[in-house]
Amino acid sequence: MASKKDFVKFDKVDKSYDGKVLVVKDLQLDIAEGEFITMLGPSGSGKTTCLMMLAGFETPTNGEIYLDGKAISSIPPHKRGIGMVFQNYALFPHMTVYENLAFPLRVRKIPKDEADKKIDKALSMVSLQGFAARMPGQLSGGQQQRVAVARSLVFDPQLVLMDEPLGALDKNLRESMQYEIKHIHESIGVTVVYVTHDQSEALTMSNRIAVFNDGKVQQLSSPDELYEKPVNSFVAEFIGENNTFGGEVSDISGGKCKVKLANAEILANPISVKGKGERTTVSLRPERALINPSIKMDNLHKGKIEEVIYHGDHTRVRINLLGNPEFILKVPNSSSNLDIKLGNEINIGWNSDDARALDPK
Amino acid sequence: MSSETKQILTTDGIPLEVSLKKAEKKNKIKAFLLVAPLLFFLIITYVFPIGDMLFRSVDDKMVTQMLPKTFKAMENWDGQELPDEEVFAAFHEDFIKLVEDKREGKLSTQLNYTKNGFKSIIKKLRRASKKFEEGNYKEQIMAVHKRWADVEYWRAIQRRAPEFTGQKYLKGMDMYVNEEGKIVSVEEDRRIHRVLWLRTLEIAFFVTVFCFLMAYPIAHLLATLPMKYSNLLMICVLLPFWTSLLVRTASWMILLQQQGIVNDFFVGIGLVADDNRPEMMYNKTGSYVAMTQILLPFMVLPLYSVMKTISPSLMRAGKSLGGTPFVAFWKVYFPLTIPGIGAGCLLVFILAIGYYITPALVGGASGTLISNQIAFHMKSTLDWSFASAMGLMLLSGVLVIYWLYNKIVGIDNIKLG
Repeated sequence: MASKKDFVKFDKVDKSYDGKVLVVKDLQLDIAEGEFITMLGPSGSGKTTCLMMLAGFETPTNGEIYLDGKAISSIPPHKRGIGMVFQNYALFPHMTVYENLAFPLRVRKIPKDEADKKIDKALSMVSLQGFAARMPGQLSGGQQQRVAVARSLVFDPQLVLMDEPLGALDKNLRESMQYEIKHIHESIGVTVVYVTHDQSEALTMSNRIAVFNDGKVQQLSSPDELYEKPVNSFVAEFIGENNTFGGEVSDISGGKCKVKLANAEILANPISVKGKGERTTVSLRPERALINPSIKMDNLHKGKIEEVIYHGDHTRVRINLLGNPEFILKVPNSSSNLDIKLGNEINIGWNSDDARALDPK
Repeated sequence: MSSETKQILTTDGIPLEVSLKKAEKKNKIKAFLLVAPLLFFLIITYVFPIGDMLFRSVDDKMVTQMLPKTFKAMENWDGQELPDEEVFAAFHEDFIKLVEDKREGKLSTQLNYTKNGFKSIIKKLRRASKKFEEGNYKEQIMAVHKRWADVEYWRAIQRRAPEFTGQKYLKGMDMYVNEEGKIVSVEEDRRIHRVLWLRTLEIAFFVTVFCFLMAYPIAHLLATLPMKYSNLLMICVLLPFWTSLLVRTASWMILLQQQGIVNDFFVGIGLVADDNRPEMMYNKTGSYVAMTQILLPFMVLPLYSVMKTISPSLMRAGKSLGGTPFVAFWKVYFPLTIPGIGAGCLLVFILAIGYYITPALVGGASGTLISNQIAFHMKSTLDWSFASAMGLMLLSGVLVIYWLYNKIVGIDNIKLG
């Protein structure tokens, strides 16, 4: 897609509500045209504030936001031309679906026949043809959500903001809506900024994810990179499941480091450690560790099985390993039974590349 | 329905339908007993007084019972010329009985309501009747006073024959039944009630409008301010609400009088000259100001309760979709507050239309309402049936407004809390 790299640009944006605490600190973020970017983070991390600043409902305390090259801090929300989907849909309850969709077109003085065409198109995009005359109260949660999405797109905005739009839906509906929104994004190429605290939602839908914590972007990268290569222990902990060992670096050489734990030593991949004696947290994804590995791995340790939980497609095994009683392994249920019994001692192996030595917790 | 539907039986062999009804009957009786005290209370305090009022307003039995024989004799009278001896004899018989019971005074009062001039001629008749000889009463009565020979006065008596009458209602509308039995309006300079009805409607309407204009922003603030401030504001709204009506009205008297604080302030800022202080009390202005302030909470509270439920994200959605703040307000926020506006306006209007104490104290002559007139007839003239009639007219006016409101806005659209 031929597009601008900095269609939306946050330039050194600070935001404080009370003049004492910064909820957004020195935010530097470029969003490319046509991109689906997700702001992910725990509640209170500043992600929604960023979205509200972009929509125009909050003003930055410092810095400037640019949309398509123009500074927009002084432009009121209704002149920004940004579509928005709200947390609780915010459909106008006294208007029919048709009137809800017609609202942004009417205020733009678009002639009725043209508006009708656009509304038809938007409704068919979310497969809600024939619902135009219904009131929002007569629709299910999922349908209301679709109407909200259609309404945010009906006036052809270049940028659509979504503020936890799927938060109120049940799990199955949420998943199917995720795909639907993703497909809509792919088919019309609109730029989407999506806010959520649900990491699986972020991983499924986004081109890039900005992980927020404490008012700062901790990591901005594609979903796979975020999962495979977290740059700090917050991201490692927040995205997906994670096994950790806290220890001290005892040696660094040749792209590997030795980390001294309480009663053992493991090999790890030095990401944010620079030298000997530094405290570190080693992060390892559960699926990267194997039981009784047949190939050679440079970490191999014995652990005791504490708990076995059946999960349908896989079994989760909790192991007391190297002083960490919360070490989790995922064993696919198709594989041969690997002597997984409560209380057994087994060998666990992993590659030092997958064990990332990050900042200490 | 399939014809093979079998009756479902319970384990005892009783049809399910029967045993269900039995079980529900018990619950129904229980439910009724629970509401019975309230029902009883309502009947005593509401249905009974209104029924009594309705009865009193049309009841005209008094004269009917005082002159039973006269009215019986009058049945054959065509009302064109003076009645014949039979009527006069019957009237004499009735009258003598009244004099014995010392009730002729009441008769004169009652007949005087119908036609002026009865008082003196009945007094004269009483004195003269002591010397009446038997027979030929027509001559003797007509000789007492020339009015007794006037057919108009006998027609007036005949008009009191029915046990029930609507004339109090006509009087409330400044109308009466004239000698020919037609309904006509009284002379223009004596139409006091119509003026009062119109003024009542006018004051109630404008008080409602003022309340709405003032309450809307207050309610909006209440609903949107952070808890800390909105609680304080809520207390400011409720504090006067909890204060005695009389105290509030009296304080307006202190504020609004010619040497009062408001006038002092106007003089102080040079708005009016010291020797030309405007009268803000004992006229319509006084009624407007005091009633608006007193009825304000009745508008604020329903509006607030509705606005509280409107999600702030709706206004945001309106703006983000391209509506200016005004469009977002007018197309999104305002329509959602209509249930509250309806409830508040109906409440304030109905309360205002029957308001009594405040207009009585600060309204003066030009600011009093129909309720003051009702009170006047209850307390001063003791014409209770007229007061009842006007009370019922007021009540039915309110019911008409309620009905209109239901037609236009829909009563289920109302939200009080």
